[in-house]
Amino acid sequence: MRGRGANTARTLGRLGRERGGVGALAVLAVIALACLLGSALTGHAPDRFYPDLRQLPAGLAAQPDAAHLTPALERIAFRMRAHVAAADRTGDRLRLTLTSEHSIDRRSLVYLPRSDLFGPATVVVDGEGGRRLVLDMPVRRLHFLLGTDIHGRDLLTRSLVAGRVSLAVGLTATLVALLIGIGYGAVAGYAGGAVDAAMMRVVDALYALPFVFFVILLLVFFRASLVLMLLAIAAVEWLDMARIVRAQTLSLRGRDFVRAARALGQPASRILLRHVVPNTLGPVAVAATLLVPRVILLESFLSFLGLGVQEPQTSWGVLIAEGARAIEAAPHMLAAPAAFLIATLVSLNLLGDALADALDPRAG
Amino acid sequence: MIGLVLRRLGQGVPTLLAVVAVSFFLMRLAPGGPFDLERPLSPAAMENLRRVYGLDRPLIVQFGSYLAALTRGDLGPSFSFRDMSVAGLIGRGLPVSATLGALALVLSCALGIGLGCVAALRRGGWADRAIGLAAALTLSLPSFVVAPLLQIAFGLTLRWLPLSGWEEGDPRHLILPVVTLALPQVGALARLTRASLGEVLRTQPVRTMRAFGLPPARVARHALRGALLPVVAYLGPLAAALLTGSVVVETIFGLPGIGRYFVEGAVNRDYTLVMGVVLLVAALVIVLNLAADLVCAWLDPRLRTDA
Repeated sequence: MRGRGANTARTLGRLGRERGGVGALAVLAVIALACLLGSALTGHAPDRFYPDLRQLPAGLAAQPDAAHLTPALERIAFRMRAHVAAADRTGDRLRLTLTSEHSIDRRSLVYLPRSDLFGPATVVVDGEGGRRLVLDMPVRRLHFLLGTDIHGRDLLTRSLVAGRVSLAVGLTATLVALLIGIGYGAVAGYAGGAVDAAMMRVVDALYALPFVFFVILLLVFFRASLVLMLLAIAAVEWLDMARIVRAQTLSLRGRDFVRAARALGQPASRILLRHVVPNTLGPVAVAATLLVPRVILLESFLSFLGLGVQEPQTSWGVLIAEGARAIEAAPHMLAAPAAFLIATLVSLNLLGDALADALDPRAG
Repeated sequence: MIGLVLRRLGQGVPTLLAVVAVSFFLMRLAPGGPFDLERPLSPAAMENLRRVYGLDRPLIVQFGSYLAALTRGDLGPSFSFRDMSVAGLIGRGLPVSATLGALALVLSCALGIGLGCVAALRRGGWADRAIGLAAALTLSLPSFVVAPLLQIAFGLTLRWLPLSGWEEGDPRHLILPVVTLALPQVGALARLTRASLGEVLRTQPVRTMRAFGLPPARVARHALRGALLPVVAYLGPLAAALLTGSVVVETIFGLPGIGRYFVEGAVNRDYTLVMGVVLLVAALVIVLNLAADLVCAWLDPRLRTDA
């Protein structure tokens, strides 16, 4: 046990020397933390619509700005059956003059705060028998750092919530693939002989199946759902893992400590769990790190085709698909989720490389 | 040699059979059918259609007759494209997908293997680092992000290339899809070549060659022959994937290839069309894996005896 601990420490030490690896790990930590906690800090609910603030570009300015204020007021006034006669904004206060052919129903004033752009309005002047109202109300200051989507939802919040789904799918499917692959590979490698040959023939045959096509078939024919997609991805991706673990197990099988355990009469299951599998984990860790981005990519690819994550849930692939449809009018809608996705994938790939280098006994 | 090829092709038959069986029963057990329209057909018309296409018979009988037709090379009629056979549809789509895939394959091989060699020979230098970073980046750029970006840049802003669509014999329609399809593979091949060539360069024979004073270019040429083995093994399945089209690239660029027929077929419950495409892909995977093994055997004499 002590030997393995020292090995782990040495690996981590080497990983520390791989600058790319540390940077990638930091980026990943920031993204994961932001996805987990950040959506509560943006000030917007992910499914909150701002119908007056659709497809806002990314920016720091507070909203509603002058360009969006007038149309928003006109839309609300229309619902109140009134016209905007004057709108005068000083700082955070808005003085609004409404006119109408009929007396304006005071109850319709709730439309103003309901738009989430204004606070509750107070009537300052009530003239011409209620047909002319001067209102005073606070204007909210909303920030959409990455802009809004076609329905006026905050893209930053949505990207973070989507990231939660994408990362969860990536990690879960990888974990499932890992468990299947380790179990299958370790048993095949440890059993050896005819059992091993037969089990690996099955893997070879499965490699020849056009799996992506099967995944698409499965999702089209049996209604796309998150669980089904997870299972489908895991079912595709365990093959590599099984091969790696089997190769490792084959070389471990004849080693003295395994033979000693066998001579002591330990059952095969215990030998596998205690002695074989822990020693295969180095290459498995590398493969798993590189598998996560592949799974996330596959998930977003399926979601892009409309076969993966479904509304109201969202993932980076879903957001990218929406962005690709609106690319001429609002390129930021593609840029925001794509930047999150690409940063995550690049970091995971670099981390996998750094881990592989750190575990390479010939290097450093 | 010929015996080996025949034996390997024979081993592929059970795989193909499994592909046919899995996709056949997967589709038939799923809800919905090829004749479910927005406005439901009258029961009599539905009954008629089902009888004409033989869908009213027991599932196992249908499977048997599909297999029987398959042995005659008959992929059956398409359910959603009227008066078209599946073979005819594949005959239309495959040239498009194959042209696209072959060009993408050539491009990614030339760039990927070339860059990988440079990185391996300049290990640790700035070129190596730049190529490593670029490779990680291209691997992480999803085609459905790259494609719209290329369309914006070259189609809308610069107006050099058509946005999408396909015209027979106009190569300009192919440029953006080929680049999109090849880009991630450039990264993958560069990494693979770098790792494998780097390993070979550290072996004894290479050190001996250097010690004898062979010029670096000749040393690299000898080393590359051995280093290409894992690359060729990777190229087998890759070629199959590229030649049969990328679903996303064909969808975004509006190319009438196999990948789009497949998705449309799946959505329309076009059983025979989907089966035909899946079968074609599986067969190509088997054949191209075999081809990759043969090339490996040609590159490395040690693999010839036990192959």
